[in-house]
Amino acid sequence: MTQLPVLQVTIPLACAPLCVLVRSRTAAWLVFLAAALFSLTCAALLTEQVADDGPVRYRMGGWPVPAGIEFVVGDFSTPILLLVSLSAAAAAVYGHRSVAAEMDARRSTLLYACLCLTLAGLLGLTVTGDVFNAFVFLEISSLATYTLIAMGRRRRALLAAFRYLVIGSVGAVFVLIGIGLAYAVTGTLNMADLAQRLSDSGGNRAVQAAVVFVFVGLAIKMALFPLHAWLPAAYAEAPSVVSTFIAAASTKVAIYVLCRFAFTVFGASLVFHSMPGDRIGLLLAAVAMLVASAAACLQNDLRYLLAWSSIAQIGYIMAGVALATTAGLSAAYLHIMAHAVTKAALFGTAGLLLIRLGSVQLSALAGIGRRMPWTFAAFVVAGLGLIGVPPTAGFVSKWALVAALVERDQWLVLGALLASSLLAVFYVGRVVEIAWFREPPEGAEPVRPATSMVAAVWFLALLSLYFGIDPTLPDRLADAAASALLGTGGG
Amino acid sequence: MMTSPALLLILGAAGVPLLRGGRLRQALILSLPVAGLVMLWLLPEGTSASFALFGLELTPVRVDALSRLFATGFLVAALLTSVYALHLRDSLQQAVILAYAGTAVGGALAGDLLTLFVFWELAGLSSAFLIWAGRTERSYRAGMRYLVAQLISGLLLLAGTALRVQEGHGLEFSYLGLNGPGDALILAGVGLKCAFPLLHAWLTDTYPEATVVGTVALSPFTTKLAVYVLARGFPGTEMLIWVGVVMTVFPIFYAVIENDLRRVLAYSMINQLGFMVAGVGIGGALGVNGASAHAVADMVFKSLLFMAMGAVLLRTGTVKGSELGGLYKSMPQTTVLCMIGAASISAFPLFSGFATKSLIMEAVGQEHRTVVWLLLLFASAGVFHHAGIKIPYFAFFAHDRGFRVPEAPLNMRVAMTMAAVLCVGIGVAPNLFYELLPHTMDYAPYTAPHVINQLQLLLLASMAFTLLVRTGLYPPELRSVNLDADAVYRRALPAGWNALTRTVPRLRRTVGTPLGHCATALWDTTVRSSVNGRVIAPWSTHSMVWWAVLLLGGVLLLALL
Repeated sequence: MTQLPVLQVTIPLACAPLCVLVRSRTAAWLVFLAAALFSLTCAALLTEQVADDGPVRYRMGGWPVPAGIEFVVGDFSTPILLLVSLSAAAAAVYGHRSVAAEMDARRSTLLYACLCLTLAGLLGLTVTGDVFNAFVFLEISSLATYTLIAMGRRRRALLAAFRYLVIGSVGAVFVLIGIGLAYAVTGTLNMADLAQRLSDSGGNRAVQAAVVFVFVGLAIKMALFPLHAWLPAAYAEAPSVVSTFIAAASTKVAIYVLCRFAFTVFGASLVFHSMPGDRIGLLLAAVAMLVASAAACLQNDLRYLLAWSSIAQIGYIMAGVALATTAGLSAAYLHIMAHAVTKAALFGTAGLLLIRLGSVQLSALAGIGRRMPWTFAAFVVAGLGLIGVPPTAGFVSKWALVAALVERDQWLVLGALLASSLLAVFYVGRVVEIAWFREPPEGAEPVRPATSMVAAVWFLALLSLYFGIDPTLPDRLADAAASALLGTGGG
Repeated sequence: MMTSPALLLILGAAGVPLLRGGRLRQALILSLPVAGLVMLWLLPEGTSASFALFGLELTPVRVDALSRLFATGFLVAALLTSVYALHLRDSLQQAVILAYAGTAVGGALAGDLLTLFVFWELAGLSSAFLIWAGRTERSYRAGMRYLVAQLISGLLLLAGTALRVQEGHGLEFSYLGLNGPGDALILAGVGLKCAFPLLHAWLTDTYPEATVVGTVALSPFTTKLAVYVLARGFPGTEMLIWVGVVMTVFPIFYAVIENDLRRVLAYSMINQLGFMVAGVGIGGALGVNGASAHAVADMVFKSLLFMAMGAVLLRTGTVKGSELGGLYKSMPQTTVLCMIGAASISAFPLFSGFATKSLIMEAVGQEHRTVVWLLLLFASAGVFHHAGIKIPYFAFFAHDRGFRVPEAPLNMRVAMTMAAVLCVGIGVAPNLFYELLPHTMDYAPYTAPHVINQLQLLLLASMAFTLLVRTGLYPPELRSVNLDADAVYRRALPAGWNALTRTVPRLRRTVGTPLGHCATALWDTTVRSSVNGRVIAPWSTHSMVWWAVLLLGGVLLLALL
């Protein structure tokens, strides 16, 4: 049990070469499924352990901190661990038939290997307690993601991956510069140690520059407006299983890392009080909600529409974080979980439609709701979650966010949020209208989607419903995470 | 939570599309409202077990005299509408009617503001499908306009609730009053659904666009739920009296010149709502009793009128006054039933409107508000004019346009008969109905002065109609469009936007050119590119990096200054 934090990361990492070596598509898929289920089990066990006994600290190779690398699992990281491994498991169930339909056997094993690497990178990023180690895991997950996106079936995927690669590397370099500046000032890389030493040097210009570099670098990784431009093409051109997974997990982990740096390394008083982090964050969040929701209304391709909606949702989460209050952070965590589940279900449905129709242009979807009733019903349930209609998880998190904004009198951001919700009604309603109320093209055969894929999508949609009806579990996790981040530091 | 008739209806509605057999489905559709009624009356008075969410106390079911009266009315209306919709082969509409009725019942039984909000939004969402069920471009657009109004109303309610919680009042839904900004927002949200003047346009705009059955199903629930919230939260609010008076008076003029008979009924609905709002504004036992009694009676007789017009639309394909006439020869039963509805809405003695509207008039009279009383009297005459005479006259009598159509389907006639029996029942034996009202009172409607007064009013109003028609002064039924507040968002705002988008490029040509190439280039890269959708088109890699550097520089500058 004491080795759980490190096993959580190393098992998926070790599974990656295994996927390539087995050379069979099904075997590689089984390896990825096993890795995902294993990390899910670890995450569940760790959550229980943290809830009972407080944060778990693991010293790599027995080296004492701050010289050695440390893994820290606290209340702030368990929701993210659960979320990443759960979406990996859902993507694994979904992926078997999806990958078989979309690409040849030789590249399939590579895809599973890269999925394992992404999973390992994201999990490592979540548990690490060392800033340079965080950069390494950030690069592992990002490089694997670039490769995954490049495997999309259109040639446009290559361009999307290349552009993501360039801007993503710029972001990584910014983060590295920030870490370097902090190291230059304090001479340590351990997060807890850094926090302690930085608390004495509040007015230092180099530290402030470090904050800005890390903030902008992670803003690129999380696709915060106006650094979002890589995201629509990357999500929309990637293979379906990849967009299902990374839409749920990857930007959310970037936001988590931002929280970790802002609250437990640099400290909330420096980032949000001495520096204008709260005002800049809220401004960008509000603009992101409005612009991205409006852009989603103008899309003609379902997957681009969903991707733009993701950018708007990042704005919601960023607004919660930038409030820097317990209520705000708790709302941000709730929305991270709600949106991950919802958006994974939506991208999963889009993938199903893509396989059956060959295109997800909105015009091609006419009448699809009547020909694929179960699949599309899942889309509607998840779409309601995206708008925030009760009783879905999206409603619970939006309610919490509204309450947090009201508490700090942020009326303008609240207005942007409500306007963006109205736009969400429009863009989801538009898809539903086309799929349910337009006549399907003549002579079209009713089509039967793969059961495992539909099951995975329905699992996610029902999870979103369940968390809307009984939000005790996410609520407890989010509250614990918020108080851990704002409390003594913990890492 | 599980013992709520609302859940029974909503869950049962989900089963409707699953049953393929026609008989089985019809049995389910009819049994659900009846079972709901039985369940409602078996529930004891008081509140159900409450539970906590985010530290807020939720009470999903609260039964007292007021909520039971409205819930009963909703369930009866659901039964009538279901019978009326029985002939449809479109299970979507049948299921939506039941679910929609269930949300109205749930709203009436809600014991806290959050539960109320949930049902409030669900009611708006589910009823939009009744408009979309027309499955045309026109009904799609009308449904969208309807949905936007409903969602805005829900948002206002939610914002008001959040403010109340913030001020420490909790979620409890009892008397709200007008003390803080939260209460004002809630009143605005309710006012939107209740069709307050200038906020009413969604109703007259979209109700007549629904299907034959859809309009019937839309009429009893949403607006009466709003009346319920007013009666519960804002009794005795002075402002509501004047709002109600305006609501009774202004639709009369629109109703007289309108050609679409279903739209005439929609205007008449605002007018009837006005009586209820005025009753709530007066407050006290008599006012609240009057408002809620009239709301329940209105659910029945307004349904009856919409049903009759629906039957006409189904058989002839039109409800334009200018195209109809002489239908009494081919649809005699519908004619008689429609006239019973017309008599009820015009408050003829022995019909339901007489027993309920007189409560409101009495409440106004007891407060000695002469001006209000006279205006309401004028409105009563107007009701008789447009709903009591105009609807039956132009649809069934007037010039014979040569329609030779079969009588309405059997299930429609059964539904109309049931509604008519209720109308006459309430009118003949009002004391039985008064037993259900929330407050005890001592009032007898059938006194000689009252009956004579009402008959004088009705006779003179019909004489005026006859004279106007005979002398040719009556506004003729024309195929025309009448301007209302919805023109603001359907025409004026788009026109303004178009004008704006036309002027912007023109200004750019005239002002931009002299500024030279440098300024034009700047303009192109910043303003026009974002207007033309460059934000949406893929950005080039170098512009992405430029943005990253710009943001970095900007934030650094802000941080280090």
